[in-house]
Amino acid sequence: MYKRVCLLFRIISFFILPSILQSIELSENRPPSPPTEVKVFDTPNDKGGSITITWKKSADDGAGENDVIGYDILRSQSIDTGYVKIASVIPGDEQFVDETAKTGVTYYYKIRVSDGEFTSDSEPSLPVVAIAQWFHRGRTNMLILLVVFSGLVLWFISRARRGEELYIRSVAGLEAVDEAVGRATEMGKPVLFIPGILDMDNIQTIAGLSILGRVASKTAEYGAPLMVPTRSPLVMTAARETVKEAHLSAGRPDTYDEEKIWYLTSEQFGYAAGVDGIMVREKPGAIFYMGAFYAESLVLAETGHSTGAIQIAGTAMPAQLPFFVTACDYTLIGEELFAASAYLSKEPTLLGSLKGQDWGKAIFIGLIVLGVILTSFGITWLVRLLTVG
Amino acid sequence: MRRQVPLAITFIVGISIAAQFFIPHWPFSELFNTFNIWFMVILFFAMTLGIGNLIKLHTQKVYKRSPGWGYSLVLVIALLTMAASGIGWGLERGTFFYWLWQNIHIPMASTMFALLAFFIASASYRAFRARTIEATLLLVAAIVVMLGRVPLGALIHDKLPNLADWIMAYPNMAGQRAIMIGIALGTVSYSLRVILGIERTYLGGGK
Repeated sequence: MYKRVCLLFRIISFFILPSILQSIELSENRPPSPPTEVKVFDTPNDKGGSITITWKKSADDGAGENDVIGYDILRSQSIDTGYVKIASVIPGDEQFVDETAKTGVTYYYKIRVSDGEFTSDSEPSLPVVAIAQWFHRGRTNMLILLVVFSGLVLWFISRARRGEELYIRSVAGLEAVDEAVGRATEMGKPVLFIPGILDMDNIQTIAGLSILGRVASKTAEYGAPLMVPTRSPLVMTAARETVKEAHLSAGRPDTYDEEKIWYLTSEQFGYAAGVDGIMVREKPGAIFYMGAFYAESLVLAETGHSTGAIQIAGTAMPAQLPFFVTACDYTLIGEELFAASAYLSKEPTLLGSLKGQDWGKAIFIGLIVLGVILTSFGITWLVRLLTVG
Repeated sequence: MRRQVPLAITFIVGISIAAQFFIPHWPFSELFNTFNIWFMVILFFAMTLGIGNLIKLHTQKVYKRSPGWGYSLVLVIALLTMAASGIGWGLERGTFFYWLWQNIHIPMASTMFALLAFFIASASYRAFRARTIEATLLLVAAIVVMLGRVPLGALIHDKLPNLADWIMAYPNMAGQRAIMIGIALGTVSYSLRVILGIERTYLGGGK
């Protein structure tokens, strides 16, 4: 009996008691381990007013007691006192960008971890000051490419200015501009020009107005009426100037009618309905769509197609190009819209810029092919070099 | 002078906007927003001009009983009614303007948008006629993509949706990117011409 009691006591002492004590110890919550390695630095490539803070998360976040409920970011202008909570982040986070910092002021940061019952603070960070940068270093590659490309364009322009002959491939859509105006004139019908649906702050609208200048010169020369309904009053004003100048240059100021260039509406589908109505009522002989278009592109182009007009479109909106290609006789695809004014004017300096553009394209094709080959072999430095920060 | 001032403004604004992309420091950091605000101010004055012109044009048509004057009358009445109801009683829910917007304007805009479905059908009919090799390729690709996007495609063959995804992700995407690279280069080249005053055709009259 005595031996049995001793054995039971030994079992309790060696196996059961430690487990009980351990479980009692585990059930007592301890303060979470503080975050470590708090690093602070001025956020790069910004206009100032921003500091980035990084830290190593608490040992009890995702491990240990695994009871962390979040971190508070504390900030002070003194290393010892005056820390104020400026933000909170969720467990697992190890970075915060303080966008409320003032440029030129020295700050210290602490990270406070909480498990709902206890909190622990990290050591204070080193001092940090937010500074505005004068150059975005992440965009150096873009600047270099821009300088190279602009240099090429300017070099070809200077070559053209010296009188050098430059070969430019023919663009069917642009060759057809004069033909379309001529055909409308022969039929005694007006020419309808739609300069897209965006405003004067869009480069496509400006490119569209360049083509309008050429179309207006031809209509002035042939004596064909030209109609330009616009979706923006600013475009209306600019288009009036363009057409007026074209009539003056053609020696036909008397044929300029500013009421044929008018503001229709700023509402997208209201504009489409208005232009459709003009097409159906006026039956234009030629219709030009030059500029930026959205969902109304096919509504316009199909209505124009149903009137039997010769249609020439040009846009740099990739999603709308298939609609124009389907419904129009000629389509200027993307870059051809921007090349149109140079092509139509035949001015050597403008043609020189097209040549530079083509060389720029050749460089990009070369870079793409090289990038594909290198990446296929696991070499990624070129991709990293060309990635914009 | 009439030419030189706009060209000088274009040069200064163009260079500043290009510079702000590379220089985060003030004042460049605020340039884009500042110019946008200026643009909105100019747009407001231009809008007054545009609406004034619209009213003048259509009242003249009504007055002279020009062809289609009835449409002009509807336009002027609608414009004045909307403007008066908005200015007089506000734009919020429950006002007459809101009722007009919800029950007349939105249904009419939606109707125009809905017409797109019919135009897509008629345009597709023309585009997909297999008269050339290119048109035949387009037709086949379109059929595969359309079938691959609906449950019927998977019933015909379980690999059809994958083929449709492949067409969209590779040949289609490659073509789109080629166009987009061309557009980007064209934009830079055209912008350079405009900023440097080489391109003046948008001002009218050639040189």
